[in-house]
Amino acid sequence: MAQVSSIAEEQASTLKTITLRIARYNPEHDDSSKFMEFNVSYEKWTTVLEAILDVKKHHDHSVAVRYSCRQATCGSCGMMINGKPKLACFTKISELNSNVITVEPMNNFPIIRDLAVKFERLFDTHQKIKPYLIRDDTELESDAKEFLQSPKELEQYIQFANCIKCGLCNSACPTMATDSSFVGPQALAQAYRYVADSRDKGKDSRLKIIDESHGIWRCHFAGSCSQVCPKGVDPAMGIQFLRGYLLGFRS
Amino acid sequence: MTHDEHKEGIGGMANPTRYGIERVAYWLMRLSGLGLLAYFVAHIYETSNILRGQVGWNEFLELTQTTEGHIFLALVIAMCVFHTVNGVRVMLGHGGVGVGKPARPDYPYDPASQNYRHKIGIYSAILLAAIATMYGLAVMFGE
Ligand code: HEM
Ligand code: SF4
Ligand code: FES
Repeated sequence: MAQVSSIAEEQASTLKTITLRIARYNPEHDDSSKFMEFNVSYEKWTTVLEAILDVKKHHDHSVAVRYSCRQATCGSCGMMINGKPKLACFTKISELNSNVITVEPMNNFPIIRDLAVKFERLFDTHQKIKPYLIRDDTELESDAKEFLQSPKELEQYIQFANCIKCGLCNSACPTMATDSSFVGPQALAQAYRYVADSRDKGKDSRLKIIDESHGIWRCHFAGSCSQVCPKGVDPAMGIQFLRGYLLGFRS
Repeated sequence: MTHDEHKEGIGGMANPTRYGIERVAYWLMRLSGLGLLAYFVAHIYETSNILRGQVGWNEFLELTQTTEGHIFLALVIAMCVFHTVNGVRVMLGHGGVGVGKPARPDYPYDPASQNYRHKIGIYSAILLAAIATMYGLAVMFGE
């Protein structure tokens, strides 16, 4: 019994609290967004998403937030956390070193409500760069073999294939901040993912798609996309390689 | 419209505090580019004073011989050196030079394009701009 109570005491003494400030905004009837504050207790391992779900469970179930996998895989839970775009499920409260945590909807995306933003344009630009292998034959024909690829060839694009379409890169990008027609780092990195794939033959058609006034030339290599990407995609690298083709640095 | 799209706007574009030295360089490049453009226009206007003959020319040149004029020219030196050195770095980067090699990503995923080569390029541009500016100030105020 003594042991149990000492464990309980220890837990009570390690339980810390922070103030979670959540941006609330419903475009249908609000003129501007307001912050609501909640005191949330957390452990060393508590994520920002868990803290938001705690608020929904115990304080205000109407907070709008999108999430699914809770493990940095589905790309749903991107938001501004203390001013920077991050995945809420992949950010621990303890690593933020702050007693106040402010969560807001991702910049450069239209707000649906509170923390949930619209992804239509992200998916549109992603589709625009033809995110699939382009070639005349297909491995689905009955007597055809699969397209072979060496581990070395795989390494040329595998990091770019890690993209989970979370949109953090588009939210950090300084061009996206002022130009909503810009194709954006997410789609450009995916254009490179297919161009760099040894099985793909669609390089010329993809270069044509991104070589336009709101295309690749609006990238200034500020690198903020790569600094916020939670999956190590490094969009800035792919974009500069793509531009290398267009400028004749690479062939 | 801006509110509907929830764009971060010019304030967010120009905020250099959140995304490392690369974003600072991006911001300085824009500022120095626009500053040089303004100087270029002013410079054409200033040199056109030669059309007013030697007196007009000398009159205008005296503007640059004041303390404010010296500081203004020192700023032009700083912008010019930073913009040129960083411009060479950016042009190489834009061609895919020195931006790292693709690899299997490993946690904690340090982005290879934000590497020491480009960081050295940025810090060299800032350092050379500072040295050139101090040299310029020494020459102008040392007269
Ligand atoms: C040899 C000297 C120069 C080099 C190597 C150079 C290089 C560059 C590069 C690479 C950019 C693009 C930066 C980016 O993509 O973010 C740029 C932008 C710019 N440059 Fe220069 N430049 C030079 C001289 C000048 C001069 C003399 C002027 C002014 C008359 C100037 C005005 C600008 C302006 C206004 C921009 C656009 C800034 C922006 O929108 O970010 N540059 N320069
Ligand atoms: S490149 Fe990275 S930050 Fe951008 S959408 Fe893909 S996973 Fe997210
Ligand atoms: S909930 Fe899936 S990425 Fe965060």
